[in-house]
Amino acid sequence: MFSTSSLIFFILLSSSIFLFYRNINKIIRNINLGKSDQNFPNKKERWKRVFFIAFGQSKMFKKPLVALLHLIVYVGFVIINIEVVEIIIDGLFGTHRVLSFLGPFYDFLIATFEILAFLVLIACVIFLIRRNMLRIKRFSSPEMKGWPKSDANLILIFEILLMSAFLFMDAADLILQDKLPNYYHSVGSFPISSLIAPILLDLSTSSLIFVERFCWWFHIIGILCFLNYLVISKHLHILLAFPNVYYSNLNPKGQFKNMDSVTKEVKMMLDPNADPFAQTDDNSNPEMFGAKDARDLTWVQLLNAYSCTECGRCSSECPANMTGKKLSPRKIMMDVRDRIEELGKGVDKNGPKFSDNKTLLSDFISPEELWACTSCNACVEACPLSIDPLSIIMDLRRYSVMEESSAPSELNTVFSNIENNGAPWQFSASDRLNWKDDE
Amino acid sequence: MSLQVKTMAEWLAEGASPEILFWVGSAGSFDDRAKKITRSFVKIMHKANVQFGVLGVEESASGDIAKRAGNEFLFQMQALMNIEILNSYQVKRIVTTCPHDFNTIKNEYSGLGGNYDVLHHTQFIYELIHNKRLVLSGNLKGTKITYHDPCYLGRGNGVFNTPRKLLKIIGLDLIEMKRSKERSLCCGAGGAQMFKEPEKGSKDINILRTEEALRTNVDLIATGCPFCNTMLTDGVKNLNEGAADVVDIAEIIVKSEKL
Repeated sequence: MFSTSSLIFFILLSSSIFLFYRNINKIIRNINLGKSDQNFPNKKERWKRVFFIAFGQSKMFKKPLVALLHLIVYVGFVIINIEVVEIIIDGLFGTHRVLSFLGPFYDFLIATFEILAFLVLIACVIFLIRRNMLRIKRFSSPEMKGWPKSDANLILIFEILLMSAFLFMDAADLILQDKLPNYYHSVGSFPISSLIAPILLDLSTSSLIFVERFCWWFHIIGILCFLNYLVISKHLHILLAFPNVYYSNLNPKGQFKNMDSVTKEVKMMLDPNADPFAQTDDNSNPEMFGAKDARDLTWVQLLNAYSCTECGRCSSECPANMTGKKLSPRKIMMDVRDRIEELGKGVDKNGPKFSDNKTLLSDFISPEELWACTSCNACVEACPLSIDPLSIIMDLRRYSVMEESSAPSELNTVFSNIENNGAPWQFSASDRLNWKDDE
Repeated sequence: MSLQVKTMAEWLAEGASPEILFWVGSAGSFDDRAKKITRSFVKIMHKANVQFGVLGVEESASGDIAKRAGNEFLFQMQALMNIEILNSYQVKRIVTTCPHDFNTIKNEYSGLGGNYDVLHHTQFIYELIHNKRLVLSGNLKGTKITYHDPCYLGRGNGVFNTPRKLLKIIGLDLIEMKRSKERSLCCGAGGAQMFKEPEKGSKDINILRTEEALRTNVDLIATGCPFCNTMLTDGVKNLNEGAADVVDIAEIIVKSEKL
């Protein structure tokens, strides 16, 4: 019943969907290597944010022109993918333009796809030029050398090729509708490909069929490759942006989490009746404070890392980065993803207890980066996807201070001043009210 | 001149309680520049006949610096001690001139048993004006000013407009910096940076921010944070001493009302 091409199509489609399913599950598993997080109350507000920030891209519009181009690519990509439904049915059952029974609505759809495809193509070309020729600082930072740079360009080239294939397929189809009306029914409305068609006019019928088929296969195989490319790319944000915004922090940005594990211990220290040798109620290992490796972060922080599309808005708003310090909030997010990927691979090979002799802190993120942060929240504010690099910086600092006592020496002095005098400076607590008599 | 300031212990001894507690903060108590802000705010509260109390020697560092530096132990020690004292005086409302303490007490003490209505002094002054307890005559009409948003007041807690409204009430000509409100640039002091040498870089953050402020060609650079004040004052000294004065909004009011 199935023709050879249907069979090939079926194998390609099912194997790439299977591969994608397997790899996305691996990512979900990696994210779950992180620690559990708080509950996520206030569902209504969360869905509101998903609608405005993720779906409506409201935070992108701080840069209106770029936001518009990004919106075109996004809307274009989503809507043009409706075409994939037709391609899949055609591919499986050997039909041609199966949805054309929709009549005028089909014409409208095809025309819309074409216009969007053209706009996406233009937007991607502009993005390529912007990224590679305009020397925009956030695209040329040290962390953007190598793979991240290629990744960004590959995504744009991918999209340009997919859109071109789509338009050339339509152009060839349009001519064939004249030449072979029995098979290529006269359907669709082709506002853009009709402009490309003249280029193909001199081709023989068989060459035209070849172009049409080649572009058709190229388009669908391209989409299947792109789907599987997502899992190793920063482009994963097209999927993860939505859960990432949903699980983002709703509290005031200035509010940092209080560590419950510390509260327990501090309350015991302050309680004069507490038995210092008492067993804790659970016999588990004493909890480690803060984070030294990616697995010590919460799953939301790891989701943050996988959602990051490396746009660099955080780093270009970061006061430390602006003034030439090594700290780059974007690099923090990229490091976390690289590290949890590495750990995930290790777990695959050697089981859940896997450890190499590396850690996120020091092997990926240096103390110099960590201590340059002013905790000003500019990075958090800047992120179009509500990623929170600051919470990761804080957890790494907590580990450095509470487990390793490796704060910069001036800060150790501050700590002992606060402990002894109740102020960061070396003043006597009994002088606290002297200001009223000054001047 | 010594200012009339009653401690909570003194209020308690009289069997009375004030309407609000003024949390002075470590900087406001000990830093020479910040003490002037503290005194200015007290003068304003006197002018408006506010019944306020301070903790005096019973106050201790809020723990903000310890927390941002990663020392959650020390933070929670400080927090629990302070909460115990605040609760023993049954404090309901707190006002402070320090956005860091404002943020910490308002947002981070609540999870540890300290629930208070916490105001930044600009919010409290605005409330006094709104309730007609304080009438400003606006003597500084036409003076050009720019306002630097402290991170923990602005981005951290969304207080952008109240300080600006105050400046307008005083009649000042507010000129915004290119980066302001949500996009404001940090002064460089937060996250415990105030107390350590900056990491290697091409420039100090306070210099960059001061450059942005001076570019507005104003007479006054206003802020609402003792740490921002120090950083920007240093910045002006470094770049062009005397080009503009760095002042707290409370100090502007004291000047305009000749308190």
